[in-house]
Amino acid sequence: MDLKLKIWRQADANAEGKFVTYPVHNISQDASFLEMLDVLNEELVTNGKEPVAFDHDCREGICGMCSLFINGRPHGPDDSVTTCQLHMRKFKDGETVVIEPWRAKPFPVIKDLKVDRSPFDEIIRSGGYVSVNTGGVPDANTIPINKENADLAMDAAACIGCGACVAACKNASAMLFVSAKVSQLALLPQGKVEAKRRVESMVAKMDDLGFGNCTNTYACEAECPKDISVANIARMNREFLCAKVT
Amino acid sequence: MTKLDSKIPEGPLAEKWTNFKAHQNLVNPANKRKIDIIVVGTGLAGGSAAASLSELGFNVKVFCIQDSPRRAHSIAAQGGINAAKNYPNDGDSVYRLFYDTVKGGDYRAREANVYRLAEVSNNIIDQCVAQGVPFAREYGGMLDNRSFGGALVSRTFYARGQTGQQLLLGAYGALSKEIKKGSVKMYTRREMMDVVLKDGKARGILVRNLVTGKLERYGAHAVLLASGGYGNVFFLSTNAMNSNASAAWKAYKRGAFFGHPSFVQIHPTCIPVHGNYQSKLTLMSESLRNDGRIWVPKKKEDAQKIQKGELSPVNIPEEDRDYYLERRYPAFGNLVPRDVASRAAKERCDEGYGVGNTGLAVYLDFKDAINRLGKSVIEARYGNLFQMYDKIVDENPYETPMMIYPAIHYTMGGIWVDYELQSTIPGLFVGGEANFSDHGANRLGASALMQGLSDGYFVLPYTMQNYLADQINVPHLDTDSPEFEKSEKYVQGNLDKLLAIKGSKTVDSFHRKVGLIMWDYVGMGRSKEGLEKAIEDLKSLRKDFWSNVNIPGDNTGMNVELEKAVRVSDFIELGELMARDALSRNESCGGHFREEYQTEEGEAMRDDENFMFVSAWEYKGVDEEPVLHKEPLNYENIEVKQRNYKTA
Amino acid sequence: MSVKYSSITKKIWMSLMGLFLMVFLVVHLSINLLLLVDPSRELYNTAAHFMGTNPFIQTFQWVLFLGFTIHIILGFVLQIQNWIARPKGYKIKAKSEESFFSKYMIHTGIIILIFLGIHFVNFFFRVKIFHTVPDYILNGVNTGMEDMGIVVVKLFQSPSYVIGYVIALIILGFHLDHGFQSAWQSIGVNNSKYTPFIKGFGHLYAIFIPLGYIAIPLVIYLTT
Repeated sequence: MDLKLKIWRQADANAEGKFVTYPVHNISQDASFLEMLDVLNEELVTNGKEPVAFDHDCREGICGMCSLFINGRPHGPDDSVTTCQLHMRKFKDGETVVIEPWRAKPFPVIKDLKVDRSPFDEIIRSGGYVSVNTGGVPDANTIPINKENADLAMDAAACIGCGACVAACKNASAMLFVSAKVSQLALLPQGKVEAKRRVESMVAKMDDLGFGNCTNTYACEAECPKDISVANIARMNREFLCAKVT
Repeated sequence: MTKLDSKIPEGPLAEKWTNFKAHQNLVNPANKRKIDIIVVGTGLAGGSAAASLSELGFNVKVFCIQDSPRRAHSIAAQGGINAAKNYPNDGDSVYRLFYDTVKGGDYRAREANVYRLAEVSNNIIDQCVAQGVPFAREYGGMLDNRSFGGALVSRTFYARGQTGQQLLLGAYGALSKEIKKGSVKMYTRREMMDVVLKDGKARGILVRNLVTGKLERYGAHAVLLASGGYGNVFFLSTNAMNSNASAAWKAYKRGAFFGHPSFVQIHPTCIPVHGNYQSKLTLMSESLRNDGRIWVPKKKEDAQKIQKGELSPVNIPEEDRDYYLERRYPAFGNLVPRDVASRAAKERCDEGYGVGNTGLAVYLDFKDAINRLGKSVIEARYGNLFQMYDKIVDENPYETPMMIYPAIHYTMGGIWVDYELQSTIPGLFVGGEANFSDHGANRLGASALMQGLSDGYFVLPYTMQNYLADQINVPHLDTDSPEFEKSEKYVQGNLDKLLAIKGSKTVDSFHRKVGLIMWDYVGMGRSKEGLEKAIEDLKSLRKDFWSNVNIPGDNTGMNVELEKAVRVSDFIELGELMARDALSRNESCGGHFREEYQTEEGEAMRDDENFMFVSAWEYKGVDEEPVLHKEPLNYENIEVKQRNYKTA
Repeated sequence: MSVKYSSITKKIWMSLMGLFLMVFLVVHLSINLLLLVDPSRELYNTAAHFMGTNPFIQTFQWVLFLGFTIHIILGFVLQIQNWIARPKGYKIKAKSEESFFSKYMIHTGIIILIFLGIHFVNFFFRVKIFHTVPDYILNGVNTGMEDMGIVVVKLFQSPSYVIGYVIALIILGFHLDHGFQSAWQSIGVNNSKYTPFIKGFGHLYAIFIPLGYIAIPLVIYLTT
C-alpha cells in the first residue's frame, strides 16, 4: 500500500518545528507502524537525509517507549495497543497519515517525535513505591492477599508509563498514570502502610510539574494501551480525600 | 596460559555462600559515603544492584540508554521467575532447583554459582512481595505457581504474562526511592562508550549523551556493568531494538575476558518471521507449552498444501498429526527445555514438515486444553498472549492453532566473571545477562529474572564490598586525568571516523547482513565449514562497513544513525568471536549444536572429557586472533550425565 | 487558590458544589411546577413568599450564593490551568473523547452563567432590589405577598424569551449530563456495582430536570 505521511520535524528542543510530507510506497499490510517508519527512514538515509527520530524499543508493547499521535489518536487507530503493535492493515491504501509528538507542557519535544517523559519518573520518585530496603522482609506467604484485590492491583500495575493518557487528555492531565500506581499500592497491604503520604506527595508533584486537571473525560481510558480503568482515578480521589480529612 | 581464578569459596557446596559472607571484607558505614560506584544499565540486575548499594550507603551513579530506567528490556520477560519455595508441596528444594539449572545448562555452568542462585531465589520472592509486586494469587490469598520447561515441579511465580515488567517496576521503585534520597544519581539517554582504567583497575566510564551528542566523563571506585545480552547480533531476535552488546564489548576490548560467547538461546515459541521489512520477533511466553500441544502434519503432502494455503490445520485429522515432542520425549513432552524444543522444531521444518507460507513454523494447538478446561480458563491463563498473537498475525488462536518458530532470545554467554561477579579487570563487576555465569549452555525458562535479581539484590551488594573494602583511601579519579583524556580521544576518533565515511549503505543494511550470517552459520545448527565461512564473511563485512556505511548528520545533538552504527560495528566484531568460540568447541551442548556432534537420534552429543570448561576469550587487537583461556568445571555435587528428557 | 490547593482538592470542591447545586435545581423546579398545578398562582406565590422571607432559607441563600461562586471560580481556574498544560495543540484534534459533554463544560458553563445573570435581572433583582413586582391580589384581597407568578407568566408570553429559556435549559442539561457522574467520580465513588446506576441516573436527571423546567414556559405560552 502507498501512504502520504505528514510528520512533525523539529531539530531540537529549541528549534521551530514544522510538518513535512513524505510519500511511502509498497508498504506491506502485515508490517507494523514502526516498521513502516523504518522503511521511510532507510529511504531517507539512503538519500543522505536525516531520518525521523522517534522513541521505540521493545516493539512488543511493554516497554512504553514508543509514542506518536497518529491521525488524532495516541498510538493510532486501534484499541488497546501501543504504536509498535499497530499494524498497517488498520490503514487504507492512499491514506494521509498525520504523525505528531505527544503534546503537553511537561513533555517538551526533544527531537522530531521524541518527547521528554522524565516528569513521570519524577512523580514515581515522589512516592510511587513501598519504602522497603533489600533484605529483612517477611516470607512472601506471610501476608495473604485476597485474590480480587491482587487482580485489581495487577490491572493497575500493568501501566507501561507511555504517556498516552496525557497525550489523549484534552487537559494533558496525568491522573490515570498517577492513579494507576497509587491504586496498585493502595490495594495491597504492603502499600497501605504509607498510603497517605504517597498519595499526597504524588499528587503534589504531579501538580507542580504542570499537568492539567482531570475533568473526567475518560479519553485516557479509551486510549490506554493497557486498558487501565478510570476507576483507579476515583480510587486515588478517594485515597486523597481520606488522607486530607484524617 | 593464564589461570583463571574463579575464587570459589572453600567448604561444602551448601555452605560456600554463607562462608563467603561470614569472612568477606565489609566497608564501614562512614566510609561507604566516600565511595562512588557506577552502574551501567537499569534492568533487573542493574536497577536492583544500584538500589541495594545505595541503601547500604554508597554513592551510586546509574546510566541507561532509554529515557527512563523503567524501560530496560527485562520488562519484556513474560512467563515468570523461579524460586525453590516449595509452596505447592511438590518436592522442590534448593538442591533440586540447583540440579535442574545445572542439568538444563547441560553441565557447562559453575556449580557454586548456580547453588548460590538457587539459595537466594527464595529471598527474591520475599523481597518482591514486600515491594508490592502483584504476583498471581490463589483464592486463599497465597501465591500461585505454574510449571515451566525443564522442571518436574511447579516453582514459577508469575504476574499474568508480565512478570518481568512487574519485577522491574519493583526494582525501579526501589531505585526511585534511592534517587529521591539523593544517594543515586540517575543519568538517562546516555550510552557507555568506554571503561576507563587506572593502574589496571576499572575507575570510570566515558559516556555519550544521546541528546546533546557530547562525551561525558564519570569516575568511581568500581564499575558494574548490567547492560544485558547481545541477541541483537542476529538482527532479528526477541530483544528490544536498542539492546546491544557495546558496553560489554568495550569492556572486553579493555581486557575483560568474554565467557562462552557462542552460547545463545533460541526460544521455541516465537511468532514466525513474515516479511523482510521485519524489525524484530515477538516471543510468546513459554508458559503456553503448559497447555498447548506442539505438532506438524505427519504427511509431507499435507504440510505442502498448508504452505500453499490450500489446507487449513483444523481439517487435519488427529491421526495425521505428529506431536513430535510428545513422541520423542515422553517424560517431559511439550515441556522439554528450550534448546531441545527449538531444535526439534527446526528438525521437522528442515525435513519439510513445516507449516505457514514459509514452511518455517510449527503449530501450538490449544484445542485439547480448551475442550478439557473450557475457553474461559484458557482465556484467564493466556488471554493477553492470544490477543497479542491475534493483533500481529490477524488470526484467532482460539479457533486455529498458533504458529510458532524458534528465535534468538537470550545469550548465556557474556563477560567472564568469578564467583564474586568480578571480571578479569579488577573493579569491573558484571551482572545479569551481561555476564556469562549460571546458565551454562542453556537457560531454563523463568531463570533469567531469578539470576538478574539474585545478582543485583543479594550477590553484588556483598561481593562488591569485598573489593571496595581496601579502596576507601583511594581518592576520586579526577575526570581531567590523562586516563580520561586518552579514552575520550580514542572514542572521539572512532566517532569521527564513522561520520567521515559517508558511504552508500545504511547502518540497518549492515545489521541485517551480520544477522543473516549469524543465523545461517552460528544459529541453531553449526558446522566447522559454516563457522569458518562465517568468520571470513564477517571479516569482509567489517571491511565493507568501515568503507561504505552512510551516517547522515554530525556529532552535535541527537544522531540515531550514529548510535546504531557504533552498536553494529561492535556486533560485527562480536559475531566473529562467537563463531570462533563455536568453532573451538567440538561438541554439542545446550544451545550450541554442532552438526558433526550428534547422536543417531539427532540429540546433542557432549564431550565432557575434552570440553568441560568455560571458554574465556582475551582480546588481542581488532585484527589479531583472540586467545582462549579455559576454566575447568568441576562437578563435585552432581552426577554428570547425558541429559535425558525421555524418561524422568 | 490555584497555588495553594491541589488539583484534586479543587475537583472535590467543584463536585461537592455541583451536587449541591443539583439539589437546589430540584427544589427550584418543584416550586416552579406549582405554577402548572395551580393556575391561580396561589401555591406558587405562597411558596415564593416563604422562600423569600423565611429566615432559615434567607440565611441558606448565602450558602447557595457561595456554592455558585465557588463552582464558577473553580471552573475558570481549572480551565485556565488546563489550557496552560498544553501550550501547543495538535494539528489533528483528538478523536478519542469518551464523555462527549465533558469537552464543553466551560462553554456550557459560561452560557449557563449568562442565563443566570439574565435570570437574576428578571426575577431576583426585581423582587429584592428594584421592588417592581406587583402585590398578589387573590379574590380581590391583597395578600401582602408579591405576585411572582404573574412576572413569570408575562415573561413566558414572549416567544423570544421562551426560545432563549428553552435553549439555555437544554444546555444546562448537557452540563448536568457530564456533571452528575463526573461529580461522583471526583469524590471517589466509582465501583462496578454502583457506577452504572449513577451514570444511568445522571442521564435521566440531565433529561428530566431540564424537561421539567422547559415544560413550564411551553405550557404557559401555549395556554395563555
